Amino acid sequence: MRELSLHILDLVQNAVEAEATKVMLEVVEDLSADTLIIRVRDNGRGMEKQECSKVVDPFHTSRTTRRIGLGLPLIQMSTQRCEGHLKIESEMGKGTLIEALYRHSHWDRPPLGNMADTLQTILVGNPMLDFHYLHRVDERSFSIAASEINEILGGVPLTQPEILQWLQGYLKENLAILYGGVENEES
Amino acid sequence: MKSLEDLKRLQQQVKAKTSLRHAAGTQVIVGMGTCGIAAGAREVMSAILNEIAKRNLEDVTVRQTGCIGMCEKEVLVDVVRVGQPRITYGRVTAENVPTIVAEHVVNGRIVEELVVAKIEE
Ligand code: FES
Repeated sequence: MRELSLHILDLVQNAVEAEATKVMLEVVEDLSADTLIIRVRDNGRGMEKQECSKVVDPFHTSRTTRRIGLGLPLIQMSTQRCEGHLKIESEMGKGTLIEALYRHSHWDRPPLGNMADTLQTILVGNPMLDFHYLHRVDERSFSIAASEINEILGGVPLTQPEILQWLQGYLKENLAILYGGVENEES
Repeated sequence: MKSLEDLKRLQQQVKAKTSLRHAAGTQVIVGMGTCGIAAGAREVMSAILNEIAKRNLEDVTVRQTGCIGMCEKEVLVDVVRVGQPRITYGRVTAENVPTIVAEHVVNGRIVEELVVAKIEE
């Protein structure tokens, strides 16, 4: 996939399909350490040790009937091209932590891309999910929590036109501020 | 600059306006499996939400779902109107979205050339 934000959407969808009710997503860009880290922590059903090592094997996952984790080998390949790694920690019944690390300045690193659209999709598409997002770029950070939004909304759906417009603007503006007010990379 | 304070104000406005109506709206469901995402499901989702905002549609709910095993027909979008069969559109692009929304979601006319499945409820 051409954008990290699409991989991120895929990781969150995996968590939802693993019956997670809670997902914590972090994107940490540390320019002095030259790293970009994506972390997704969920409270889904988790995996056995064996399964953990198999999910990154494209030949294994493409043959299972449940196609969960189809995207993981793709992410692993993209991290490895960028002097990074993919780490999976999982415990049955407790949840899964996935960490993808990239060298920030690596010329093969896909751009983060349209993170605002990814967040909008997650928030609107999974209204029951306790979703939390934290994005750091050096000293700056932005976070948004579904629980906080839902509390303000008090039952009014996110898909009301006015609310949608607010959400789109809010995400775009706050993400832009992380990069000093200019819009991120190519979005 | 939009803030959570703005959201609080909007919430009150919307709530006052919609409190009398019953939600018997149309459901739109976008497939977000890996192939769906790779085929452009996020762009389709954004296009749907943009249409909702632009056309001021107040009784549409949008959900996402996982893989249903039709990779080659991704992006898949289902439209469910009350009292009508559930329609699955396939190979949907962001360009198709205004037509699907205007014809089917708003006016109840199925866009036959994009249909890949119909399920009687
Ligand atoms: S995502 Fe590939 S068949 Fe569903």
